[in-house]
Amino acid sequence: MTLAGRLLPGTAAILVALPMLAVLAAVLHGATGADPELWEHLRSFVLPGVTRSTLVLVAGVVALSLILGVSLGWLTAACDFPGRGFFAWALLLPLAMPAYVLAFVAVATLDYAGPVPSLLREWFGAGFTLPPIRSTGGVIAVLALAFYPYVYLLARGAFLTHGTRALEAGQSLGLGPWAGFFRVALPLARPWVAAGAALVAMETLADFGAVSVFNYDTFTTAIYKSWFGLFSLETALQLALVLLALVAVALAVEQLARGRARYALAGAGARPPARLRLRRRLALAATVYATLVFALAFALPALCLAVWALEVAPLDLDARYVAYVTRTLLLAGMAAVACAALAVVLGWAVRAGGGWPARIAARAATLGYAVPGTVLAVGVVGALAAADLAWVALGATEGLWLQGTVLALLLGYVARFLAVAHGPVEGGLARLKPSLAEAARSFGLGRLAVLLRVQLPLLRAGIGTALLLVFVDVMKEMPITLMTRPFGWDTLAVRVFEMTAEGEWRRAALPSLVITLAGLVPVVLLTRRIEDASRG
Amino acid sequence: MRLEVEGLTRAYGGQRAVDGLSFALEAGEIGCLLGPSGCGKTTALRCIAGFDRPDGGQISAAGEVLAGPGAFVPPERRRIGMVFQDYALFPHLDVFGNVSFGLRGLDRAARDARAREVLDLVGLGELAGRYPDELSGGQQQRVALARALAPRPRLVLLDEPFSSLDTEVRRRLAGDVRAALKREGATALLVTHDQQEAFAIADRIGVMRAGRLEQWDSAWRLYHSPATRFVADFVGDGAFIPGHVEGERRVATELGPVEGELTTPLASGARVDLLLRPDDIVVDAGSPLRTRILDKCFRGAQFMYTLALPSGERVLALVPSHEDHEVGGELGIRLETRHLVGFAREA
Repeated sequence: MTLAGRLLPGTAAILVALPMLAVLAAVLHGATGADPELWEHLRSFVLPGVTRSTLVLVAGVVALSLILGVSLGWLTAACDFPGRGFFAWALLLPLAMPAYVLAFVAVATLDYAGPVPSLLREWFGAGFTLPPIRSTGGVIAVLALAFYPYVYLLARGAFLTHGTRALEAGQSLGLGPWAGFFRVALPLARPWVAAGAALVAMETLADFGAVSVFNYDTFTTAIYKSWFGLFSLETALQLALVLLALVAVALAVEQLARGRARYALAGAGARPPARLRLRRRLALAATVYATLVFALAFALPALCLAVWALEVAPLDLDARYVAYVTRTLLLAGMAAVACAALAVVLGWAVRAGGGWPARIAARAATLGYAVPGTVLAVGVVGALAAADLAWVALGATEGLWLQGTVLALLLGYVARFLAVAHGPVEGGLARLKPSLAEAARSFGLGRLAVLLRVQLPLLRAGIGTALLLVFVDVMKEMPITLMTRPFGWDTLAVRVFEMTAEGEWRRAALPSLVITLAGLVPVVLLTRRIEDASRG
Repeated sequence: MRLEVEGLTRAYGGQRAVDGLSFALEAGEIGCLLGPSGCGKTTALRCIAGFDRPDGGQISAAGEVLAGPGAFVPPERRRIGMVFQDYALFPHLDVFGNVSFGLRGLDRAARDARAREVLDLVGLGELAGRYPDELSGGQQQRVALARALAPRPRLVLLDEPFSSLDTEVRRRLAGDVRAALKREGATALLVTHDQQEAFAIADRIGVMRAGRLEQWDSAWRLYHSPATRFVADFVGDGAFIPGHVEGERRVATELGPVEGELTTPLASGARVDLLLRPDDIVVDAGSPLRTRILDKCFRGAQFMYTLALPSGERVLALVPSHEDHEVGGELGIRLETRHLVGFAREA
């Protein structure tokens, strides 16, 4: 192989990873160059409270998500109760609704002056109160309802693949179904459950929109405030570094858990799993429980959104609204194309002999999904600021003018969502075995013809999925957009943030509904794939 | 413990997977349900284990009804051990953990002692600390057997226990499994589609077809005295030639009259298909019965020849391989039969 042939893939891979690498470098560098006085203030007044509240939140959300996810996963995978088939996929739908949407709907309806407590007071007397929604318990409950599907999805998969089989083995050794759950099914599913819990922890650490609605201070809101309130990028970067360390812990747990997830019982057997028959009362309780979770996490909030959106539509649907939608679609489209294209380049670089630089670059490039949007936002700004300084030091009279441009915003999106595109594109590339191209060439096709007639058609599904997933994720994205957008580039998510910040709940409904509907597309695709897999 | 199955029926969506199955297995016996795939043998086994509920009939163990009209004992209370087709070893436990899993209500010392005992029984004492994914297929199989035997179940069920092993291991292991079961004095029932496996392990074999039991008998009797044409076909090699009954001990065929007791009595004059096993035919150079060799297959000590009779009917002959006859050549044969297996000829 020529030198160029070897250097090119490695260089390409590093270029693709550049946004992520720049963010990490900026966070590390900026955190060390901060004003000591500000850091002192931060350390004694902000950090202890924020650390405590963040950890409490993560612990609470993970614990509640585990309870909801594991129990519902077990019920729908291994037990029989009325509505099981429906709930099996419906319980994934909350994935379509961003946590910040669920949060503001909960606050709007359950706050003291909201419609639900008012109605309850009317029915049961003025003394009747619900526990306050604006509380630590309230945030935990809302985030757990938004994030439990991660645990549910992974736990249910584990229970389905070998839960019932192993359970029969347990039964043949004298173990009842309930003892079997705790002694066989749960220990077997542990790696998957742990991976789900780590995902929930990462999502909770990254959440910005929902905790903002509750005015619950965590690292993400502290980063936002120290930048937009104290105008200190350094402080923001310092907080970002601490948050990054917490994320790294969650990521390590997830990797460790996945590493152990190699248990597989050989040949799960073609026989449909025999589900436990619940006694009538238990079956009824299971149906009520699943209905309650589904209603609270998805059906009722979606209904609220629809009703409010209809109410405010005549007021809100004006030219400005069209601008929100077109900007959102434009940004999401650009980011989707950029991510998919870069993912293809990355995949090619690793395969074309990029060697270890390409592999490391691929690893770094796909780390972004674990990094909270607030961290990426301050990282991108920090990196661009550093680039400006370097540019000036080289003799230029002005900076690069990259800050506050669409390019900066796209940089942030690519850093965060490249991983999302990477998965499906990799899946497509994995199908491109060398023998396929060789076979095609043995029929006399040239390189270009092979690319057009064999390789691209095989990649098409993967690229399509990548485009779709990134598109929807960018639509839902809040903190990066909020913190790095050029003036006037307001998206639907930004609109939701602004309306909820002012307590104008109903006016946040229309953009939220659009985002949720878009979010349904990938979730429905996911549930389809699961159903196919469980049928096959 | 005596296992009794009476009229067991299990249907899936109108299709009867098991259809009126009845048999009894005496305490200490090893039984086998043998049949082609889809004959319902695994469904029957799962009904006995309690993983599936019969639609009709009754299953009882030592006189206690396990499943029947208005009765159903859940699997965990049947004290029936099971060796699964894919072993279903617990991947999160080591060999010792797997084997001692079912030992409850014992103190630690007794538990460990019993686990050691069964591990030694299957010859895996040294591998107690290994995890299932660190074992070969044959070793996993033996762990599964040890795990099922450990709690001294009243009955051990084995579902296609050797199907995922290669032939070499399979043959050796079949003998080991029988020895282990006999040493434990266990009553056991296995299902398989492989007759060699059934012959190697079982005292009593039931041949199943389309959910029904065709015959419940010893291996020798299945081979030499099959009750139905299906059993005759399924168990062992052989060929049918047409003939008709001439009295109680005689069937006229194109090979001349064949003498012997008919295992199922048929009326004189009836048209019959007579079963000729490969070992019923003996090479005799001087015999007037001439056949042509169509095909041959070397089996070491013997050749299996496919021979054409003058009428074109084909028979199989198992002949010592001292001599190598050419395909296409002629071979003189005579019959050596003790008893006759014939089925009334279908029109």
